[in-house]
Amino acid sequence: MEWEVVIGLEIHAQLATRSKIFSGASTAYGAEPNTQACAVDLGLPGVLPVLNAEAVNMAIKFGLATGCTVAPRSVFARKNYFYPDLPKGYQISQYELPIVHGGEVLVELEDGSSKRVGLTRAHLEEDAGKSLHEGFEGVTGIDLNRAGTPLLEIVSEPDMRSAKEAVAYMRQIHSLVRYLGICDGNMQEGSFRCDANVSVRPKGQEEFGTRAELKNLNSFRFIERAINFEVERQIDVIESGGQVVQETRLYDADRNETRSMRTKEEANDYRYFPDPDLLPVEIVEADIERARAELPELPDAKRQRFMEQYALSDSDAGQLTASREVADYYEAVVEASAGEGKLAANWVIVELGGALNRSDLDIADSPVSAAQLGGMLKRIADNTISGKIAKDVFEAMWQGEGDADAIIEAKGLKQVTDTGAIEAMVDEAIAANPKQVEQYKAGKEKLLGFFVGQVMKASKGKANPAQVNELLKKRLSD
Amino acid sequence: MSLSNKEVENIAHLARLGVDAQDLDSYASNLSRILEFVEALGAVDTSDVEPLAHPIDMAQRLRPDAVTESDQRELFQRVAPSVEGGLYLVPRVIE
Amino acid sequence: MSVHDKTVAELSAGLAAGEYSSEELTRAFLQRIQGPGNELNAFVTLTEERALEAARAADRRRAASQAGPLTGVPMAHKDIFCTRDVRTSCGSRMLDNFISPYDAHVVEQLNAAGMVSLGKTNMDEFAMGSSNETSYYGPVKNPWDTQAVPGGSSGGSAAAVAARLVPASTGTDTGGSIRQPAALCGITGLKPTYGRVSRYGMIAFASSLDQAGPMARTAEDCALLLEAMAGFDQRDSTCVDQPVPRYSDALNQDLAGVKIGLPKEYFGEGLDAEVARVVDAAIEEYRKLGAEFREISLQNTALAVPAYYVIAPAECSSNLSRFDGVRFGYRCENPQDLEDLYKRSRGEGFGAEVKRRILVGTYALSAGYFDAYYLKAQKVRRLIRDDFLAAFNEVDLILGPTSPTVAFNLGERADDPVSMYLSDVYTIAVNLAGLPGISHPAGFAHGRPVGVQLIGTHFDEARLLNAAHRYQQVTDWHTRAPEAFA
Repeated sequence: MEWEVVIGLEIHAQLATRSKIFSGASTAYGAEPNTQACAVDLGLPGVLPVLNAEAVNMAIKFGLATGCTVAPRSVFARKNYFYPDLPKGYQISQYELPIVHGGEVLVELEDGSSKRVGLTRAHLEEDAGKSLHEGFEGVTGIDLNRAGTPLLEIVSEPDMRSAKEAVAYMRQIHSLVRYLGICDGNMQEGSFRCDANVSVRPKGQEEFGTRAELKNLNSFRFIERAINFEVERQIDVIESGGQVVQETRLYDADRNETRSMRTKEEANDYRYFPDPDLLPVEIVEADIERARAELPELPDAKRQRFMEQYALSDSDAGQLTASREVADYYEAVVEASAGEGKLAANWVIVELGGALNRSDLDIADSPVSAAQLGGMLKRIADNTISGKIAKDVFEAMWQGEGDADAIIEAKGLKQVTDTGAIEAMVDEAIAANPKQVEQYKAGKEKLLGFFVGQVMKASKGKANPAQVNELLKKRLSD
Repeated sequence: MSLSNKEVENIAHLARLGVDAQDLDSYASNLSRILEFVEALGAVDTSDVEPLAHPIDMAQRLRPDAVTESDQRELFQRVAPSVEGGLYLVPRVIE
Repeated sequence: MSVHDKTVAELSAGLAAGEYSSEELTRAFLQRIQGPGNELNAFVTLTEERALEAARAADRRRAASQAGPLTGVPMAHKDIFCTRDVRTSCGSRMLDNFISPYDAHVVEQLNAAGMVSLGKTNMDEFAMGSSNETSYYGPVKNPWDTQAVPGGSSGGSAAAVAARLVPASTGTDTGGSIRQPAALCGITGLKPTYGRVSRYGMIAFASSLDQAGPMARTAEDCALLLEAMAGFDQRDSTCVDQPVPRYSDALNQDLAGVKIGLPKEYFGEGLDAEVARVVDAAIEEYRKLGAEFREISLQNTALAVPAYYVIAPAECSSNLSRFDGVRFGYRCENPQDLEDLYKRSRGEGFGAEVKRRILVGTYALSAGYFDAYYLKAQKVRRLIRDDFLAAFNEVDLILGPTSPTVAFNLGERADDPVSMYLSDVYTIAVNLAGLPGISHPAGFAHGRPVGVQLIGTHFDEARLLNAAHRYQQVTDWHTRAPEAFA
């Protein structure tokens, strides 16, 4: 039988606010345990939540960027369950009336086609704390610094049909929230993570199969693997006559398998009801307009602009706008190079991209700054160095040897454009290789390359190749 | 509405509330009596009525995004039953 | 007249005139609490040293001419209000060891006014009860008759004021917990409009119903206290940002032409005949003061108690989840695992009535029952509020008995939760609608005090206090003291 995979994702994006969603404690990552957990975050008796305006603003921005409807009235509800990292015994979330709902994103797939993925809703909620098991005998330590960090839970429609589509969708949302500046997207620190609802059905069947919810997916690689594992598992279960059980499964990256979570979710009845400590959130047109005015240029618009403004191909523009960091870097390079859009695109995508890849670095951690790279491109454009020499200059900058100008100066890489000097080297090359001259004159014109090589070698690569070409042609035809 | 002891046990589990076995009968009968009493609500037609969660019609006030709290761990953990290295300790959680 | 017989207003005047210092007053009242007051069990914690320190600070403040009307006047807080560095037990074993790291907003406000807190008063556990019998620290006794309950949940606060152990106290009212014990102990107690007083630092029972208010002997004292307690607090999202009127300036307005509604549902079945006669006499007094009466109907009155006993337990079941033995409060011995930690800490830390309400609330919110119980109750809640709002289109105030009976005997209703719940039949609807209500003494029935309740529209505390004050100008029920505590 042929099976169709059905996937929906619930993405949790930590909002990049300074303070928590319901308290004035800091959200900074990495503090000593429980030093950023105030009375509200700890759920001490008598303390009350007050909603952070910026969390609301960020949710509105996300809604606007994805064509969602921003609810004029949304309600916070309590999700009740007991767990040590959940101090109040309930999580403040949104249930029946989320802050935004009903949008969509267009996801670009590997084959260049694009796919529409519907967004059911996105709602605000508070994060839980962390349980630490290491270093204790028979006990678990609870750190509540993360408790109360604002989350935007982004719920997709079950529109994805493969693990690859799911990853592409998640990358798209990842890029978007970082574009919007509402989430730092740091997956290692848990700022961006997701649960996947996965089911299979016989191809052509209308109704969905029973789904399993996969938890703990905190890297793009894991999602793809976890979903693929889960799909195989479900097909195996069905094909060997069994039934898929609706349950929550935990992905174990070390073993590359998913397994049933027995304890935490057992008999869950969350008893949602409106939080009586919080009033309905009312969002008026002016709030939406304010958020709209703060919206940055979004990926699609930026891509179009790059194509027009810098005369880039669709593919180059797409690569350069895939993340806001790369796009910003690229534009800074263009500016520093005094407008070398095309050249900058090549260098950012090919040379810098390759170097970053080899060193497994993000563009934010690039040893070569945009200003440095732009400065070097300027020297290519004004013929101070050739593209070939530029690679050496780039390598030197990568090693931290300074700016392009300093390196060119220090290493004497300046291109030779003095016609007299080049003429001398050309004459020398011709004189030293009479046999080749004869062959060339007899019609073997591809030997020109040989002569160019000889001259470049003699100049230690610094002769201007265009000039060398021109002079050689002239002399050889004499 | 009459609750069985088994139902009381289930609710008590949801609420993580230890109830002694010998008290189950009395909880079951008291809870049944209370539920019977509140069933009077069923008599009134509320088909066109919106639920009322707050007595005052007000919208949520928003707080500016500013860090106003400083570290008070030492003060807060003075009332904690079990802490070590700044962490609250609980019996081992198995995931 | 000894100082313990004086009202807050009188003590304020005496302090201003230099007749006594705050320290002298504080010592005098502490002696009352430890002496004749001891048998009432009205206090769970006495903070003698802190009180004397605060009194001396108040005296210095007065010497520096920076005293306000309440500076140096002793009082007591219901043990539901968090008090920094002082045990805040909420009447529960669960918090028997809880030293609060912060003050409630109400506590901050009264501290700022210079009032001197003598300690924390006994109460029904987590404010769940109408008789003070659910307290972990044992029941409070009614100073009028120590066989009788003082009412609840603010029973310790009411008994302490009635027995002249303090001139004033704070209380909280979720379904009648200020007004019913005020009535049963023969004092004046005001539940303000929901949102008038910040709930920050007040341990939550049912968040959409809870409201703090003053308990004292007179309406005038309640006005003075409310002026200090109320005020905007950005830490409570449900607290309104509206200026606090000078209630004490509006006390003497004429009642001529004030229209008072008498809900026929408040005078029917269940109302003790002698209590009814006392209420009738009070109506006659108000009439003499110029008020005009008319019968009104609050037709969903009978549904108020059932709706309340879904909504309040539902909210409490969730509010009390934070008491889990992890970060503060009671923790069972040697928990075997996490579930054991939760179940035994909560099972041993909470008393029977609290557990009953958590179970009822958990049930009402659980899958399959939510619509029939919780949602239904919230709809009925709107009907009840709308009844009041419609009535206030016709009348300025609503008057009735505070409680259907006088104080009952200790143990009398302890076995039947529902009969206990019905003792709040006239007060509960006011919380569901978020309205202000005041109970003031109006006489005696069966030898025990009777209270009359006035209900106003939202934020109309001034009119309630004005009416009750005028009544107290022409009657002396509020000046009567229990013989043993005169």
